[in-house]
Amino acid sequence: MSQRRTFIKRISTLAGAIALSGGLGLASTSVLAQNTIKVGVLHSLSGTMAISETVLKDVTLMAIEEINAKGGLLGKKLEPVVVDPASNWPLFAEKGRQLLSQDKVAVTFGCWTSVSRKSVLPVYEELNGLLFYPVQYEGEELSKNVFYTGAAPNQQAIPAVEYLMSKDGGSAKRFVLLGTDYVYPRTTNKILRAFLHSKGITDADIMEEYTPFGHSDYQTIIGKIKKFAGEGKKTAVVSTINGDSNVPFYKELGNQGLKATDVPVVAFSVGEEELRGVDTKPLVGHLAAWNYFMSIKSPANDEFKKKWAAYAKKMKLPNADKPLTNDPMEAAYIGINMWAQAVTKAKTTDVDKVIAAMAGQTFKAPSGIVSTMDPKNHHLHKAVFIGEVKADGQFNVVWKTPGPVKAMPWSPYIPENKGKKDEPDGKTKI
Amino acid sequence: MTFLLRLTLIAAFILPGFAFAVVPPAVIEKLALGEGEDKIAAVAEVVTAADPDGLVFLQAMMNGEVQVVAEKKQVLIVRDGKAVDAVSGAEVSPLPEGLEDVVLPNRVRGEIQSAMSALKLVSPDRKTRHTAAKSLLEGGVDAGMLTIISKALEKESDAEIKSMLVLVQAQAQLKSSDVAVRLAAVKALGSSNSPSTKTLLIDLLQKNGDDFAEPDANVRAQAQISLEAVQSRLTWGDRAAQVFSGASLGSILLLAALGLAITYGLMGVINMAHGELIMIGAYATYVVQNFFHQHLPDWFNWYPLLAVPAAFIASAVVGMILERSVIRFLYGRPLETLLATWGISLMLIQLVRTVFGAQNVQVENPAWMSGGLEMFSGVVLPFSRIAIIGFSGVVLLLVWLALTRTRLGLFVRGVTQNRAIASCMGINTARIDTWCFGLGSGIAGLAGCALSQIGNVGPDLGQSYIVDSFMVVVLGGVGQLAGTVYAALGLGVVNKILEGWAGAVIAKIIVLVFIIVFIQKRPQGLFALKGRFADA
Amino acid sequence: MSTYKPPSIFTSRGWAGIAAALLLVMVIAPLLNMAVPEGSVFHLSDFAITLIGKIMCYAILALAMDLIWGYTGILSLGHGVFFALGGYAFGMYLMRQIGTDGVYHSTLPDFMVFLDWKAYPWYWAFTDHFLYSLFLVVAVPGLLAFIFGYFAFRSRIKGVYFSIITQALTFAFMLLFFRNDTGFGGNNGFTDFKRILGVAIQTPEMRMTLFVLTGIVLVGTLLLARWLVSSKFGRVLTAIRDAESRVMFSGYDPLWFKLAIWTLSAVIAGIAGALYVPQVGIINPGEMSPANSIEIAIWVAVGGRGTLVGAILGAFLVNGAKSWFTMAFPEYWLFFLGAIFIAVTLFLPRGVVGAYRQLRERMGKGAAGEAKAAA
Repeated sequence: MSQRRTFIKRISTLAGAIALSGGLGLASTSVLAQNTIKVGVLHSLSGTMAISETVLKDVTLMAIEEINAKGGLLGKKLEPVVVDPASNWPLFAEKGRQLLSQDKVAVTFGCWTSVSRKSVLPVYEELNGLLFYPVQYEGEELSKNVFYTGAAPNQQAIPAVEYLMSKDGGSAKRFVLLGTDYVYPRTTNKILRAFLHSKGITDADIMEEYTPFGHSDYQTIIGKIKKFAGEGKKTAVVSTINGDSNVPFYKELGNQGLKATDVPVVAFSVGEEELRGVDTKPLVGHLAAWNYFMSIKSPANDEFKKKWAAYAKKMKLPNADKPLTNDPMEAAYIGINMWAQAVTKAKTTDVDKVIAAMAGQTFKAPSGIVSTMDPKNHHLHKAVFIGEVKADGQFNVVWKTPGPVKAMPWSPYIPENKGKKDEPDGKTKI
Repeated sequence: MTFLLRLTLIAAFILPGFAFAVVPPAVIEKLALGEGEDKIAAVAEVVTAADPDGLVFLQAMMNGEVQVVAEKKQVLIVRDGKAVDAVSGAEVSPLPEGLEDVVLPNRVRGEIQSAMSALKLVSPDRKTRHTAAKSLLEGGVDAGMLTIISKALEKESDAEIKSMLVLVQAQAQLKSSDVAVRLAAVKALGSSNSPSTKTLLIDLLQKNGDDFAEPDANVRAQAQISLEAVQSRLTWGDRAAQVFSGASLGSILLLAALGLAITYGLMGVINMAHGELIMIGAYATYVVQNFFHQHLPDWFNWYPLLAVPAAFIASAVVGMILERSVIRFLYGRPLETLLATWGISLMLIQLVRTVFGAQNVQVENPAWMSGGLEMFSGVVLPFSRIAIIGFSGVVLLLVWLALTRTRLGLFVRGVTQNRAIASCMGINTARIDTWCFGLGSGIAGLAGCALSQIGNVGPDLGQSYIVDSFMVVVLGGVGQLAGTVYAALGLGVVNKILEGWAGAVIAKIIVLVFIIVFIQKRPQGLFALKGRFADA
Repeated sequence: MSTYKPPSIFTSRGWAGIAAALLLVMVIAPLLNMAVPEGSVFHLSDFAITLIGKIMCYAILALAMDLIWGYTGILSLGHGVFFALGGYAFGMYLMRQIGTDGVYHSTLPDFMVFLDWKAYPWYWAFTDHFLYSLFLVVAVPGLLAFIFGYFAFRSRIKGVYFSIITQALTFAFMLLFFRNDTGFGGNNGFTDFKRILGVAIQTPEMRMTLFVLTGIVLVGTLLLARWLVSSKFGRVLTAIRDAESRVMFSGYDPLWFKLAIWTLSAVIAGIAGALYVPQVGIINPGEMSPANSIEIAIWVAVGGRGTLVGAILGAFLVNGAKSWFTMAFPEYWLFFLGAIFIAVTLFLPRGVVGAYRQLRERMGKGAAGEAKAAA
């Protein structure tokens, strides 16, 4: 009986709690005066993706600090709003909505995985937000509300395979397409398979293998590669293994004595930061394709590296004693600087006007070339570099495209893309 | 790949001083400044000349010591900040501006490597010759090396090297214009057990348009016979490799689960932070490794000797603190320890992330753990994995001894079997709990130390092992070390065999389903404690 | 000995509470969101609506957990799998509703196009029918739970063993769904939903409809659960929790009782998942990770096991805190969250509701004691 009475109390507590959690959301809105421009940073700081995304948060904050030191934009300082979506994809959507509707950020820099981008995309389209996405990805997407500063497949995967097939690359005739089982490797490999077919390579000479996320035991896979390579013709491995799995993969590769001179591995997700956890001496000669390497010699890169080292030291970042830069960091850095230029040009942070002002923006990128934002397709024109792993964990650029390459987000090697327009079609809502 | 390392050591041995090579300037220029094709042609010239000085220069190139000033066509050998002109031998000081590394793409590097091996076949040192012959056997040879190989074969006295050289020579002779030579070569290759031989033989049988790559039918028939012989040997190698990788996975599971078998099996604590204790062990290894890097670089190869106890102590101390501060209040409420330790695990992950950064840290293998033992050509058993198998055996033995032969072990078993009576006998059960938990945690630390040698070291390290560890302990039967051992090895081998057949994901799913079904049959695991228990 | 007469579910004031809760979600929240202009202090933002909507789904899930753990004593570390399966079942319908508006303008979902599939696999059959998909939402988790539960309970697996094998179950399903070849979109799962029953999903009206619906389901589940646990059936469940052997000796077969509540719990979890997916706009295998399932247990523990209202309260407290922490202390929030879990298990073993009750009792006793002393 007393039990029943307490039940009512419990119901009312419950209502209180609901009101409270609603209130929490409300509380953060009302405060701020409009003397700053808010900039959202939506990178996972915990969970599985923290390993890759944390530095992107830091490099974005560094760029914001730099812009503020020069007086900010439109006479206002930039104010970063950092949130942690915790590698949880629904949380990305929630945080994206929070940034847009509660904090009213002018722009968001964020996401790494395709699934996180796909998760926030409907929110950004619904609320007409602006997202800068700094990572190489599979293409097959074009949103008016997103600028893609990483590489599309034709800016990374296809040049890399062309290089492997060239004389200098070892005239590979057989290919192992090895990846983590998610959309980026699947799509990239689909494009590559079509590309290889167009070069006269048959399915018998292509092996496609996928491993689950977080796979850490590559003994069997490497055994399979060895076997495949032993069945004739020069073989090369194209790896789209993601994140964490690269360390065990490369350690096993080194220990099992699969040398780059016999079976070169070209990777699209392995950069300086990923190799930090690996002893690279056995891996000398394996390849990576990117639009930036830390070892690139250019004044812009020297400055970028210097700034980053100083920032890491100042903020006492955990790896400040060995600061590394990599391709997504460069892409994030280009992104925020181009956005700042576009805001200056548009004289407002209004999303539609900034989008219009983004077209054709140029920026002297750390990679040494002048990156241009395509007037239409929201992707950067980027140069492609092929690097070989050196004993010190850096890359030696062995090949590069003569100039910047225009991104083709709709790959011509996917038949379903026929007739697609190379620009967002404006139809974002239905 | 150890080859490269060894080569460097050998080179250091051959060249005590700062020797500079007398190689024709034209060749040097082509090697250092030419395009890929020129470089390869020049390498071939060096081989044909069989000039030992050429070897010295090639070695310098491989070491990255050859640098050029492109505009002035100047080629320098730079070592320890001192530069010597490769052509004249004059010292150049200070270092000229615009100095660049010579970029060696894979193809050129491969050519240089085999050229160096060929040149080393005539070395007076047996070991050098042996390595060189082996690397030629695996890496392939050019027909242009035939002269130097034949010369080496004539002089060779060592039977083992001789037999390898015969195969190398046979490889080089496959393109000979003399049918008899080719036939003999193909026949000789039948005794090889290298996968590269298989590739060569398959190539002979391939059709180029309408013609076979090998025009003579007899040679083709012989190639088929040799191919089958090689293949059957390689298949055996594959099977052995599969068993080995299963044992390796099993030993890792065992290490990860052993600590849990103690804390959960003996004490009934569901420690969701077990994975994080593994991670702490790995980070302890990292810290020790860094210490050696900075202060004792000469002793670097022996850092595991200190890392192992450090990992044990670090995790054990953290474990004991946890036990004293949180877990002891929750004994007898296993499901609640689960929730509290889950909270602990979140905090430990974030703590490590704050201190060491979210990125993985680099734990370098000591040199003796790099590379692998070659059973047959093609099947390499990595030293690191062999070491871990051995290590897990030692840990198992020590744990067994600790539990059965020491006073602490006696108390632990006593407390496990009947806490009340043990307490009546004057055992301080609370202290035993702490020590026991410390022991379990310390073993998790050892697992972390081992895992750091083959995988990632990052804040999430533990998360990937926690589910597997629980599966092993539950499958093995709670409170039974023997069960844990059988379960770990069994799961490892079964998983690897399935993986070869069905792929990694399906293999894992089948194993999980198997565990679920198995527990239906034997709810107490493989080795149930005997006796009759009624639940409370 | 008199026969057991179950008490009525609620007193009149209890019913009043329920009515108040219904009023809150069905009238007040929609009004504050849609009628009060933006900028007003009383305006409830879209963000708050989606957040509360999401947490209400979690609260339903927590109720399911409380039934099985709090009342029957069976800790499931795999409830995420039922939640996700319900979500996937409804997600299949949502994917079908995209029609040809996907990237490739194909009748197949985009992920099937890039796998080069030409037709839907058999298990996608009929999923374009709304009612059939609702049936699946209930049937798939229910069937899985029934089969799994039948074998597990028949073998009398209990306690930690049961928890661990449910964890194995959800882990296996997670791996299965991560595979692209399984046909559920792999790691990306389902996203980019367009409409339900032909109505666009991103309109404020649809959002509000889903919100209200979730609220009603939450209250309904609470009523159902309350009715169940105060019935004779519920008493047997509690008896099983406290002393299963004695229940058996008294002539009951615990198997069917456990199986019934277990299956029901899974079905409720599935319904929660189906409500969750259209509101957050994505379902992917991450929902099946063992960590997520452990969190469900934590909500219930924080709120208070075996109280039903505690489960709802716990879901709101933990998720509200998480949402706030990740914004306010993005780098340190795991410390807070971890500390809360530890503190609750150590200091509030019966959760917030239990502690509140204890406090009330003690104060009541204290007052009574004083009164006695005065007399």
